[in-house]
Amino acid sequence: MSHGFAPVVLDEVRAVAARYPRREAALLPVLRVLQRVSGALGRAEEELAAELLGLEPVRVREAVTFYSLFRQKPAGRHIIQVCINLSCSMAGAGRSLAGLQTRLGIGPGETTSDGRFTLLTVECLGNCDRAPCLMVDEDDHGRVQEEQLDEILRRYP
Amino acid sequence: MTRERPELMDLTEHLFELDVYRSRGGYDAARKALGMPPVAVLAEVRDADLKGRGGAGFPAGVKWGFIPRDGEKPVYLCVNADEGEPGAFKDRWLMTHDPHLLLEGIIITAYAVGAHDGFIYVRGEYEAAALRLDRAIDEARAAGFLGEGIFGTKFGLEVMVHRGAGAYICGEETALLESLEGKRGEPRLKPPFPASVGLFRCPTIINNVETVSNVPRILRDGAEAFRELGRPGDGGTRLFSVSGAVVKPGLYEVPVGAPMKDLIFQHAGGLPPGRTLKAVIPGGLSAPVLRADEIDLPLDGDSLFRAGSMIGAGAVIVIDDGTSMLDILGIMTRFYAHESCGQCTPCRIGTSWMHKTFTRLASGNGNMEDIDEIARVASAIKGRSLCPLGDAAALPILALVTKFRTDLGSRVEEARVRSGSW
Repeated sequence: MSHGFAPVVLDEVRAVAARYPRREAALLPVLRVLQRVSGALGRAEEELAAELLGLEPVRVREAVTFYSLFRQKPAGRHIIQVCINLSCSMAGAGRSLAGLQTRLGIGPGETTSDGRFTLLTVECLGNCDRAPCLMVDEDDHGRVQEEQLDEILRRYP
Repeated sequence: MTRERPELMDLTEHLFELDVYRSRGGYDAARKALGMPPVAVLAEVRDADLKGRGGAGFPAGVKWGFIPRDGEKPVYLCVNADEGEPGAFKDRWLMTHDPHLLLEGIIITAYAVGAHDGFIYVRGEYEAAALRLDRAIDEARAAGFLGEGIFGTKFGLEVMVHRGAGAYICGEETALLESLEGKRGEPRLKPPFPASVGLFRCPTIINNVETVSNVPRILRDGAEAFRELGRPGDGGTRLFSVSGAVVKPGLYEVPVGAPMKDLIFQHAGGLPPGRTLKAVIPGGLSAPVLRADEIDLPLDGDSLFRAGSMIGAGAVIVIDDGTSMLDILGIMTRFYAHESCGQCTPCRIGTSWMHKTFTRLASGNGNMEDIDEIARVASAIKGRSLCPLGDAAALPILALVTKFRTDLGSRVEEARVRSGSW
């Protein structure tokens, strides 16, 4: 039943599930917790979620593969999401993306060999008045100029 | 003391804290509403002509009226905070700066429709907004504005934040419901509409953040005052997210029906020096583009619809003469190919097809026949999917290739020259 998860994780997952009028509605928040704890949603996380919420495992897999914030393989310690939609592109998102690629030596979707950063491109982050924008982990960075990239990266060891 | 201003946006610092919100008259409207019969609250909002601010523009009070009275099933309230329309950031602002306003609107809305459970579906990327809401909910509950026996009445309400996980389609109301039930965000066939068969197959009201945030002032000032701010049938003010080639990108509030030119040239400061206006996307990426000579319009849903576009989520993207329309076409084809949920074949195949065709064009291995091909595929998607995403992909792409064919042609030639494929 525990699938090797620490009791504190199981408690948190159960507490999240208990907030909903029906257990299955807790699937997304439960997966969020498990991804935070494990770094990715693998087989063990899927099975735990299915068992705790009384769902067929395939239902869990369907959700994991549908939503772009869920990942099946671990990412780097820090995740950089660069918005490349219209307002950010007009404001120079291409330059910040290229600048990050040069500095990190990786392309979108890749992780640096030291496991520090994963670089992703995303569609609109809803920060268009501060274009070009990007997120590192849960932090918003707006009006990003290429010369600020080193300073931004330094903040995430 | 009440908020002695006609605006929705209140720039008071630390307004996200309950004490500050209350010092601005916060929760007085909810207290007033809960002293009225629910049908009277509903009537007030219906008479205010409050149109939905999320994109579809359906009158909120009319929607509420579809909830069956005295049914056996519980009624749910879902607030659509999955703001994902490219160019839109108004709901993020409201939730971050004025979360109690949304909660007050939720209390009044829930009371009017008889809901005792409210969910705020916040898109996964909006971390700061979700944290503010969570804190506001805790504060409101501690003050007795949520939970059992609100304001000493028999009315009880629980509200919780539910986080999305990265899917534009979940902004569509039935996809949002599927997602909230723990499923893939695949839209449902309508009818039945959510007001009769919604969350967990129970009657459900789904309203956008800005829509619900307008409810307290309607109760405070009355339907007539709200209606008079706007146009006949479309009351109040609207928040516009202005971005792109303007001096002051930002969030601006204007009365419904205010001139679009005022928004762009006065509020947002016009275009940066040396640049001229080429086009405006008035309602987010899904809204068909307007040429510079087409923007002499009032900002209301009907006027923009008659102009062949839509007001959508009020996201105005200003495009200057230095911007390549071919680049914009590429962003559109990529976005919809990525965001199509895959349920309906014309949308799933069509959006990918358009993007593949664009990719060939951009690499210099295409010609104007590919532009025509993209238009043909867009026409084939139009009207052939069960949710609005198919049309949201088709219509702006058709408008772009129709209105900017010459511009696209010269960029296509440039791409061919660059790649050497003459």
